Amino acid sequence: MTETFDKPEIRTPENLVYSKTKVLTDNVLSYCPGCGHGTAHRLVAEVIDEMGIQNDTIGVAPVGCSVLAYNFFDIDMQQAAHGRAPALATAIKRLYPGKFVFTYQGDGDLAAIGTAETIHACNRGENIVIIFINNGIYGMTGGQMAPTTLPGMPTSTSPYGRDTHIMGNPLKMTEIVATLPGTYMVTRQAVHTPAAVRKAKKAIRMAFENQKLDKGVSFVEIVSNCNSGWKLSPVKANEWMVNNMFPFYQLGDIKMNGELVK
Amino acid sequence: MKELKLMKGNEAFAEAVIRAGVDGYFGYPITPQSEVLEYLMAQKPYERTGMVVLQAESEVAAINMVYGGAACGKKVVTSSSSPGISLKQEGISYIAGAELPALILNVVRGGPGLGTIQPSQSDYFQSTKGGGHGDYRLIVLAPASVQEMADFAGLGFDLAFKYRTPVLILSDGVIGQMMEKVELNPQVKRRSDEEVAAECPWATTGRPKNGPRRIITSLELDSAKQEIHNMKLQAKYKEMQENEVRFETFDTEDADYLLVAYGSSARICQKAVQIARKKGIKVGLLRPITLFPYPTEAISKLASQVKGILSVEMSAGQMVEDVRLAVNGRVKVEHFGRYGGIVPTPDEVVKALETKIIGG
Ligand SMILES: Cc1ncc(C[n+]2csc(CCOP(=O)(O)OP(=O)(O)O)c2C)c(N)n1
Ligand code: SF4
Repeated sequence: MTETFDKPEIRTPENLVYSKTKVLTDNVLSYCPGCGHGTAHRLVAEVIDEMGIQNDTIGVAPVGCSVLAYNFFDIDMQQAAHGRAPALATAIKRLYPGKFVFTYQGDGDLAAIGTAETIHACNRGENIVIIFINNGIYGMTGGQMAPTTLPGMPTSTSPYGRDTHIMGNPLKMTEIVATLPGTYMVTRQAVHTPAAVRKAKKAIRMAFENQKLDKGVSFVEIVSNCNSGWKLSPVKANEWMVNNMFPFYQLGDIKMNGELVK
Repeated sequence: MKELKLMKGNEAFAEAVIRAGVDGYFGYPITPQSEVLEYLMAQKPYERTGMVVLQAESEVAAINMVYGGAACGKKVVTSSSSPGISLKQEGISYIAGAELPALILNVVRGGPGLGTIQPSQSDYFQSTKGGGHGDYRLIVLAPASVQEMADFAGLGFDLAFKYRTPVLILSDGVIGQMMEKVELNPQVKRRSDEEVAAECPWATTGRPKNGPRRIITSLELDSAKQEIHNMKLQAKYKEMQENEVRFETFDTEDADYLLVAYGSSARICQKAVQIARKKGIKVGLLRPITLFPYPTEAISKLASQVKGILSVEMSAGQMVEDVRLAVNGRVKVEHFGRYGGIVPTPDEVVKALETKIIGG
């Protein structure tokens, strides 16, 4: 995990137009090329860097493709059992109210096995940030159906497409938590284009800033591709996401400053 | 100054937790231990000491809150009874794997399933042989009085931090519910955040400005490293076996027969020893206080002295396996137990000794 891209012939001052935030380590990301996890990591890390809270932030990694998030964020981190990140974050924040605490979770982690922990942390109004990566599939375990899998969408455990009559309907956790009094900010973002990345970063920044207000959970869903799980190239996966995921999981703010956005 | 009070076991535990300077309690109601959370809420420890007390949405959430708090170096505790402790097992395994100090109280009721709310000791296997997945052990303390319910709160945390390991207090419905007088320790001040950071440099309290980040995890994808990690855990368990065995004996000096019992069964057996001795049967009692590490050597030594051993437990026979391992076939070892929430009488124990060991 310490292997680095070291290309001194390319790394000349005149070629440097962008540099990695110091809140990301030099470890090579374990994500598939084109996966949204990497971009989402960078945005969270940039926000932590820009807010100057690297030494005051405690992150919680889930079980899922981002289980190794603790290898990539250069901050103190804990790794939670599958779905339990909000419970860990609850205790951390209550024991260290002055620290910034966030969970980073996939859709299987947050919206299936961790449904209870998610809803109750949100309902109690824990003063934490939840970053929710929704790729409609279980990436880590090889592309099984997630609670968020779209109707008709094939996965390894719904090989003929999700039959909602048998397998139930996709769960919109973000809309559910927005109805709870304990959430202060709920938004759905994406990271597939530069414009989307800029918006998503703004949302993440606002979510972290909200922790200073002590007003409850700031919940940022990022609709993302899982090109490996979807069995599409990264480019095709993003197209598929725009055409199929976005109509169902509509991007935009759902709750701001404690008020549902009309 | 010590303080003398008349209290239920569960309440004594809760009060001792506050006085031990504990930082957080996370629990979920279940009979026969709900008094722990009720007492804590009534006492407002968040005002008395600044301690966090939270009723979680489930035992699963509660144990994972304990993981989060323990990973920050804080003194955190949860309590439950058998069905709830079953739910906590994944979390306990994670806590053991990530080497975190934590205290867990199980006020055992009869199972399996929803079972009965009456006292039992049928969670011995779960507690001492690894209730969750993976090669791990808990330090298991078995209180036999309300006093020990209070004392083991402090002792439990001392051991948990000494070994960075989860410690389980294996109590039962009798000890949790009965009232006895208890001597309470004076209030210990909760450690400041600075003290926690200094004492627990491994804890995630915010990345140090001039030091590496801290990671709390039980994941290791490289099997060679996982094996080394597991060896380290095993070495720790061996150290516990060498240093932390605790037990008590009654009337064993001249004993021809031995009773082995822990928790409330040990209280019943103490009475049984008196009754049997009046009848002229020279019997003694060994009470394991730690169930892991187990007093194997002490039982082994007594096996060279006595003619037979009766293991008494409110179960169908779980601890008896450890007694047999210690005795290794040298003398007869039998089990006597009532279960499903039934508490045996001292007379029943004496009768079992007479029929299963002396006459048998
Ligand atoms: C208790 C438990 N059940 C199941 C698993 C196996 N498992 C690991 S990751 C995962 C799904 C993760 O999917 P998601 O949260 O959507 O994250 P992604 O990998 O797609 O980012 C599952 C089921 C586990 N580790 N623990
Ligand atoms: S499997 Fe899917 S979610 Fe996981 S890294 Fe690859 S593309 Fe991303």
